[in-house]
Amino acid sequence: MTRVVLALARRAIRANLRKPQFLAPLLIFPTLFLAVNVGGLTSTTSLQGFPEVRGFLDFQLAGALTQSLLLGGVSTGIASALEIEGGFFDRLVASPIPRVAIVLGRLVAAGLVAGVQVLFFLALGLAFGAEIAGGVPGVLVVLVIGIVAGVGFGALGQAIGLRARNASTVQGIFPLVLVILFVSSAFFPRALLSPPSDTISRFNPLSYLADGLRDPIISEVSWTPVLEGLAAATGIAVVAMGLSVLALRGRLRDA
Amino acid sequence: MAAIDVRGLEREYRSGLKAVRGIDLAVAPGEVYGFLGPNGAGKTTTVRMLVTLLRPTGGSATVAGFDVATQPAQVRKRIGVALQEAALDLLMTGRELMELQATLHGIPRRDVRARAEDLVGRVGLSQAAGRRVGTYSGGMRRRLDLAMALIHEPEVLFLDEPTTGLDPTSRATLWDEVRRLKAEGTTVFLTTQYLEEADQLADRVGIIADGVIVAEGTPAALKAEVGLPHLDITLMDCSDLTRARELLQAFGDVRPAPAGVDVSVAVAGGATEIAPVVRVLDEAGFTVASLELVAPSLDDVFAEKTGRRLEGAAEPVAAPA
Repeated sequence: MTRVVLALARRAIRANLRKPQFLAPLLIFPTLFLAVNVGGLTSTTSLQGFPEVRGFLDFQLAGALTQSLLLGGVSTGIASALEIEGGFFDRLVASPIPRVAIVLGRLVAAGLVAGVQVLFFLALGLAFGAEIAGGVPGVLVVLVIGIVAGVGFGALGQAIGLRARNASTVQGIFPLVLVILFVSSAFFPRALLSPPSDTISRFNPLSYLADGLRDPIISEVSWTPVLEGLAAATGIAVVAMGLSVLALRGRLRDA
Repeated sequence: MAAIDVRGLEREYRSGLKAVRGIDLAVAPGEVYGFLGPNGAGKTTTVRMLVTLLRPTGGSATVAGFDVATQPAQVRKRIGVALQEAALDLLMTGRELMELQATLHGIPRRDVRARAEDLVGRVGLSQAAGRRVGTYSGGMRRRLDLAMALIHEPEVLFLDEPTTGLDPTSRATLWDEVRRLKAEGTTVFLTTQYLEEADQLADRVGIIADGVIVAEGTPAALKAEVGLPHLDITLMDCSDLTRARELLQAFGDVRPAPAGVDVSVAVAGGATEIAPVVRVLDEAGFTVASLELVAPSLDDVFAEKTGRRLEGAAEPVAAPA
């Protein structure tokens, strides 16, 4: 089973590297968004209720990361749907492999890609003057939360891809991703959000995820936001993996 | 024990469409079974049930001795599958795909490379194995698909319309490979809409129409069922066709002649009767302008059983040597 999962993960990674359309949006789009936000909204740090930060870029890095990880989920969903459309899914199903390996292979790849996304945005931040206040332990914490979240969003994308069976439907969820992100504390502190966004953001797991990713960047690692972030990422991953396995079962049952 | 044993197999979709309506067939080990029918007849649905991609809604089927519904994992270990559209990852190279397929089938790591190289060589893709599959022609993709289906030396090989859309050279290569597999004793279940393909490759043919098998047997036996070969003759001077018909009745039944033909006569002896027929006509003062020996085809069998012609029957099919 492990050998098959790793082989399928390697295939998914290869596809990411060979088809820039898969990987590039995960890095370019949040980077542009980050540039626009940092360029135009820096003075918001002086607003009452804005947390103590060295600079707006330090604060925004977690938002860009969360956005990038979400887009990673969309990309995984599109890849899963394309696999069904192209017939490769049938090849996997007709092979004597455990069915769950089909799901896990892609999720291992999603986790690895998430690690790359985290390192990319941290490096980008450092290159443009941000500081990782939590130091090396902080980087490791961000990496762990990011990878777990990446697997979760990947599983969610995969569940949608397996249900939808066509890439264009999965692509259609992209605007929804932005809406969910905007009603969280990914780009602004919860205290500065107006109703009803502030209320929604309190129940939005992305808020806890973004805060968990942000804490080690803007301060020493503090347990509460980090554990909340990790819990949000793990919760998303567990629920989404369950949905993904259910979607796979449904797909096989419908066949 | 049959390599494939199908009893009353049915598939009804949620829409209510019954794609396969209670078919029975048995394929012996080492046999090449041609499953012939037009588009939409139920060929692919049948194959998808036999390779465990689709659940039957009625009846039963065993492949390599295992039930497709209750023992699908056992079936998957023993079959090779090349589906209608070559399901390949266009971003991977041929070699990478072969190695992935070997891993999926649990071939030991130490054997993967050698097995992959051997098979890509066998289907003539050694030079292209390092290239991405997206750069392959249709024929190359089909050959790679076939090689992948063979990576674990399956007991039963399913080929779903393996040559549809291929150029004559690629078709010839695939036909040769199927013949080689037969010589090696592999059981092959081959669906096709090409009459000549079934005729050339299959030991036995099952003809399916509207989800039901309408005829089954060896190609020769099926064709014999619908009649004898006949000679279509065109004469230089057709002013006394009655006399010509009377003369030819000595050889067999004189049939209604198709358009452009003056006389059509059934000849039990086939080609051996051409010379005597020409001689008799010549001695009676008739000059033969053209003459064609027409053997009954599987299309005639299909037409006899269903009242329709097979789609693609008129499509020219290359006849590899």
